[in-house]
Amino acid sequence: MQKTGAQILVDSLLAEGVDTIFGYPGGVVLPIYDVLYDSELRHILTRHEQGAAHAADGYARASGKPGVCLATSGPGATNLVTGIANAYMDSVPMVAITGQVATPLLGRDSFQEADITGITLPITKHNFLVKDPKDIARTVREAFYIATSGRPGPVLIDMPKDVSAGMTEHLDPGPVQLPGYRFNKEPNPEQVARAVRAIEESERPVIYAGGGVVSGGAHGELLELAEMLLMPVATTMMGLGGFPGNHPLSVGMLGMHGSKYANYAISECDLLIGVGVRFDDRVTSKLEEFAPGATIMHIDIDPAEIGKNMGVDIPVVGEVRLALRQIIDRLKPRVASQWRDKITVWKKEHPLNFEENGHIKPQEVVREICNVTQSNARITTEVGQHQMFTAQYYTFTKPRTFISSGGLGTMGFGFPAAIGVQVACPDETVIDIAGDGSIQMNIQELATAVNYNLPVKIAIVNNGFLGMVRQWQELFYNRRYSYTELDNPDFVKLAEAYGAVGIRVNKKSELRSALEAALAVNKPVVLDIPVEREENVYPMVAPGEPIHKMLG
Amino acid sequence: MLHTLTVLVENSPGVLARVAGLFSRRGYNIDSLAVGRTEDPEVSRMTIVVDGDDRVLEQVTKQLHKLVDVIKINDITADEYVDRELVLIKVNADHSQRVEVIQICDVFRARIVDMGRKTLTLECTGNHGKINALEETLRPYGIKELVRTGKIAMVRGTKNTGYQDIGTKEEN
Ligand SMILES: Cc1ncc(C[n+]2csc(CCOP(=O)(O)OP(=O)(O)O)c2C)c(N)n1
Ligand SMILES: [Mg+2]
Repeated sequence: MQKTGAQILVDSLLAEGVDTIFGYPGGVVLPIYDVLYDSELRHILTRHEQGAAHAADGYARASGKPGVCLATSGPGATNLVTGIANAYMDSVPMVAITGQVATPLLGRDSFQEADITGITLPITKHNFLVKDPKDIARTVREAFYIATSGRPGPVLIDMPKDVSAGMTEHLDPGPVQLPGYRFNKEPNPEQVARAVRAIEESERPVIYAGGGVVSGGAHGELLELAEMLLMPVATTMMGLGGFPGNHPLSVGMLGMHGSKYANYAISECDLLIGVGVRFDDRVTSKLEEFAPGATIMHIDIDPAEIGKNMGVDIPVVGEVRLALRQIIDRLKPRVASQWRDKITVWKKEHPLNFEENGHIKPQEVVREICNVTQSNARITTEVGQHQMFTAQYYTFTKPRTFISSGGLGTMGFGFPAAIGVQVACPDETVIDIAGDGSIQMNIQELATAVNYNLPVKIAIVNNGFLGMVRQWQELFYNRRYSYTELDNPDFVKLAEAYGAVGIRVNKKSELRSALEAALAVNKPVVLDIPVEREENVYPMVAPGEPIHKMLG
Repeated sequence: MLHTLTVLVENSPGVLARVAGLFSRRGYNIDSLAVGRTEDPEVSRMTIVVDGDDRVLEQVTKQLHKLVDVIKINDITADEYVDRELVLIKVNADHSQRVEVIQICDVFRARIVDMGRKTLTLECTGNHGKINALEETLRPYGIKELVRTGKIAMVRGTKNTGYQDIGTKEEN
């Protein structure tokens, strides 16, 4: 039977198990929207394509399934770019579909033409320009395969209008055949043997766990390995939730705003076990003094990460879960008790803390949210101080509960991502811990949340500043607060104008009850929480310093 | 150090942009890049000469491997291989110089492919060193125009860096 390209596209998405897509219509995607009109495929209309991309991203991070977004050509496609780059940096499986001008118009600067495959070349795992309706089914299958296998990442499919409008036979594309696409699932047994030996010989081992543990579903194995040898576990921001934050072996987050004891442990260990990490500069700071005396082991699915930033002594390339499993199976349990005692002392001597006073402190907001939700919510964040406070003061105990823009640091990510998370987890509490600056970057998605009755909660940690930038100005630019003070709208009225609930927390004593009230409503709620205006995030590693030298 | 990579890629649109973009984005230095079809019309071979130490080369290779269109990569620098480059040179050669230039041609086994009133156009193939030497020798006469293809290379003997033995080479 003949079908239109658009019909084949939608049927192919359904065949990949897609239940929901996030999108925004326009001229060249009219054939696709016409099919969506009465399709079983659920489409969520966001109010900006960036919102659609982040929502697809949030959906993917929360569910582990690929997120799908759809936009028209030209401005629609370029509006997706930040969202695609964000997913790329954090290795999130996503398929972005863009409309394109009809093939005879390609390359002529036609109306709403943008070379989106060219633009997204460096920020996608792969991309496709489909030139024949016959290729659609195969392309969709390949796109999902590439996006979800190996190291996950975003894949873009660009569909000219005549391709989605054209008619052809819908034939099953069969299994994926991509001779140039390979990844190592199984680690090399010799590498595993070397890893086991190194762990057995070490006296002061530390695990440095990242986003790969979460996306690779290796949290169970990580816990098992850590408990087997009573090894301390530090996580990156992306790794939060990959190891229970309330576990005695957890030393919390490491890096620029990590805990002192995590950074001390890294600095004094004799074996560093990196699991699903990429030795990012926000983690390592001065590379030459990162774990200086240690043997460096690096377990990752992506061979290109080995040695990219840091020289590695023992690489283990493969699926993190399989690699950990094989290491565990060969390892003899043994406890480095002196080392553990040393860390216990560091934890006692240098706890994370802040000074309380009459004002609401941003840290308190996070702590209260953690208490009220009993660590049982899905938390997204925007980017800035509130994000770091969330990473420090919310105790994440389960994978995929902390959803934040790591690699790209995208303000405006958290709220649309929360919408995607709520779609993926309709029965769970989803809270975007936001800054007053960031929330205004995608505030229009309030309409989406209200429209689809997605009861996302937004807690605006309102300091009246682009706080993180202000902090750097305070510390490194002589307190010259150049363009970082914000004159904000009335967020409560704004929420109400969109049909959401707005709650202002006027004083400290109201904080808990306001949070409880917000969680009790089955509607989107905006909490405006004015906080101490010039609080800083500490501890902090100043740029260029080794991570054991921390301010605060 | 210069390394010679032979890279088999899908003959798909955009593959050159993907490879070239990777090099510029990550700050790797391409000395030369030559690309063309292979015995299989669906597959092209790129010969890429890269400047970098072992660490850079390892990264280049691994990052190239991540491109879906890249099928196979061989660093043949340490192998016995034949390499050739083609150059076209338009050089000043009036009556008084013509004989000398033709003699130089003979020495380098270059061919004269075109002749103007005051110029000769030469074609020469050879390895990098030979082409450089020819260029240097002709420079005093005044080179008007010069174009080089970049190096192409093939491993000597029966060892195959082609499409057929994909998967036999251990991945790192
Ligand atoms: C899209 C984007 N633009 C600019 C920045 C740079 N930036 C990082 S944090 C920050 C301030 C964020 O302010 P706010 O959302 O109020 O959070 P706060 O730090 O005050 O908690 C800025 C401007 C960014 N990360 N993303
Ligand atoms: Mg702020």
